[in-house]
Amino acid sequence: MQVTEIDDSTRDEPGDWTMVLKPKRGWLDIDLREIYRYRDLVWMFVNRDFVTVYKQTVLGPLWFILNPLFTTVMYTFVFGQLAKIPTDGVPQTLFYYGGSMLWGYFSTCLINASDVFSANSTLFSKVYFPRLTVPISKVFSNLISAGIQFATLVVFYLIYVLTGAHVRPTWWVLLFPLIFLQLAALGTGFGMIISALTTKYRDLRQLVAFGISLWMYATPIVYPLSQVPAKYKLIMELNPVTAPIEAFRAMFYGVGDTSPAALAGSVIATVIIVFLGLILFNHNERTFVDVV
Amino acid sequence: MAIAIRAEHLSKEYRLGTINHGMLYKDIQTWLARKTGKQDPHAQLGADHFADQKDRFWALKDLNFEVEQGDRVGIIGRNGAGKSTLLKILSRITAPTEGNVRIKGRVVSLLEVGTGFHPELTGRENIYLNGAILGMKKQAVASKLEEIVAFSEIEQFIDTPVKRYSSGMYVRLAFSVAAHLDADILLADEVLAVGDAAFQKKCLGKMEDVSASEGRTVIFVSHQMNFINQLCRNSILLSSGEISERGSTSKVIQRYFARSAREVASYVADVDNAQGADISIRRMTLVDSAGDPKASVEMKEPCIFEIDYDVRRNTRDAFIALHVFSGDQTLLIDSCDIDCHPDLLASRGPGTYRFRVGLPAQLLNAGRFYFEGWAGVPQRNLTFSKTPRVPFEVVDTGSSISQFNQSRECVLGLKLDWQND
Repeated sequence: MQVTEIDDSTRDEPGDWTMVLKPKRGWLDIDLREIYRYRDLVWMFVNRDFVTVYKQTVLGPLWFILNPLFTTVMYTFVFGQLAKIPTDGVPQTLFYYGGSMLWGYFSTCLINASDVFSANSTLFSKVYFPRLTVPISKVFSNLISAGIQFATLVVFYLIYVLTGAHVRPTWWVLLFPLIFLQLAALGTGFGMIISALTTKYRDLRQLVAFGISLWMYATPIVYPLSQVPAKYKLIMELNPVTAPIEAFRAMFYGVGDTSPAALAGSVIATVIIVFLGLILFNHNERTFVDVV
Repeated sequence: MAIAIRAEHLSKEYRLGTINHGMLYKDIQTWLARKTGKQDPHAQLGADHFADQKDRFWALKDLNFEVEQGDRVGIIGRNGAGKSTLLKILSRITAPTEGNVRIKGRVVSLLEVGTGFHPELTGRENIYLNGAILGMKKQAVASKLEEIVAFSEIEQFIDTPVKRYSSGMYVRLAFSVAAHLDADILLADEVLAVGDAAFQKKCLGKMEDVSASEGRTVIFVSHQMNFINQLCRNSILLSSGEISERGSTSKVIQRYFARSAREVASYVADVDNAQGADISIRRMTLVDSAGDPKASVEMKEPCIFEIDYDVRRNTRDAFIALHVFSGDQTLLIDSCDIDCHPDLLASRGPGTYRFRVGLPAQLLNAGRFYFEGWAGVPQRNLTFSKTPRVPFEVVDTGSSISQFNQSRECVLGLKLDWQND
């Protein structure tokens, strides 16, 4: 520590600094390589989230199936039997189970992403790691439970197919991972946009949970799009979640009210939302430590 | 002489007060109140504005420094000087407001022990998790797993959920993970404050090891001067966000104590013997060998007290005593002037006098002590004058104890003579 002055002219090494910490960062300054370097951390988070859910529980991982099953039974009763909403000829169990699986995945990704900063504020204030690893890890942890539900769905599906029910799969079925990908992106992107607000205003968090419930009814989850009167259909199609849901049904059951245009629109909306989400997330990441 | 860290005009500003109330409806109410000129329902008592833009506070002001690779640098300063803020910036947890920091190499920071530990996971699982959070690859953690477990000394508990651990075990594990990371630069913020003495010594040793043998740079923040002294070659003294001293650790520590000793360890009577006591102590001060008042003394120097007192009338059997107390108010020394001057028992004539009495060098160990002056006649249970207890510090800037990498918990710092037979 001999110098008190920094004399750039004589002491500068030829630009081989690992990093330079500066006040300003670009709006979309995301270091993807760094996130890739931290990929082990993503797996660790996924592992931690999965393991801690069923440690010291009786039924363990079985809960991943039981929960949606209960929901399906309830929907079948309320919307299928009581309200008698048709399901496009698809067996009711398949219809509601599939719908709730998809919506569950989307909404959990959204809620997790919107909560990243508040849920991890202590951790974030003590150690640095790329904050994006958290919502990314949630995408994968939620995928595990969605995957288990999907496997169950396939089992039901095969039962129905073998007993001659009204389901005709198409070759598009093979593209089903894309549906999950889009739902993950949409949910996480939207969640990141919201996170910028809920970090600052705690009361908005309750609003988010409420909003998601409402949103579910504005999406054809417990009813098919074909049941919606024509004058409301346009509004429903503006909902970016509508298209992937109906596409899934078209793929698996052969009946689904969607079109390439609708899908394209939804994908574009998804891209925009993810883009916005990343920008806001980035911005929030920088400042929230000083503000929260 | 490669540079690991270089800071240029580094500054960090914080906004004071409540930024917002955390609730949207409250913010709206306050905004409405301001607009209509009514009273803000959420203003704190005594405050007359909300989220005032004028309340800004510079935690760090224009810091410029360099740290060489492989060096061990201590950062010291009073509370609020900006040490933790500086570490947060170096750890990328928060960004500078102005200026920049250039860093060469990977940084691992230990701002708190056990970051990211999940109570439900076992010790082993948490090692992997914590390692990943701190930036280690899974392979790297796996290859160092045995070392980590061995260093932490909790092999038999490694597969129990961490929520069952005692705080000591927790700390051991957490520090062990961090200490074995493959980093070029290690930042540690008061993490040695926890743990027992044996463990602290082990940790210090380990940090010294990684620096000496693997060429890692260590930045260490602590309030324990003996740790800083043992571990760090160079230091920086932060004071109100600025660097007030830098260089060799002993020089910086001296400066730190000199700064915090703006007041001297002294008592001065405000009223001049109003009660008309026979003897009254007018002034009592800790001084150095040159007679200058001080608030702290180095261990290797004697502690000298000057007592100025007045005698009003001729007195018999009177003592003047020096009392020295340890930090927890145990009376260590009760020494009287008549021990050396028994003639004063017979008679003390009126006048103003000064005594100078000293404790030998290296009698007291580093720490906080108190002195007190007393004048009276013990035989008749009579107290003429008593000063309040004045605190003073004994500082270890390189005694024979600290050279052996330890902090001893004793009160006395005597260097005794060990003889072989």
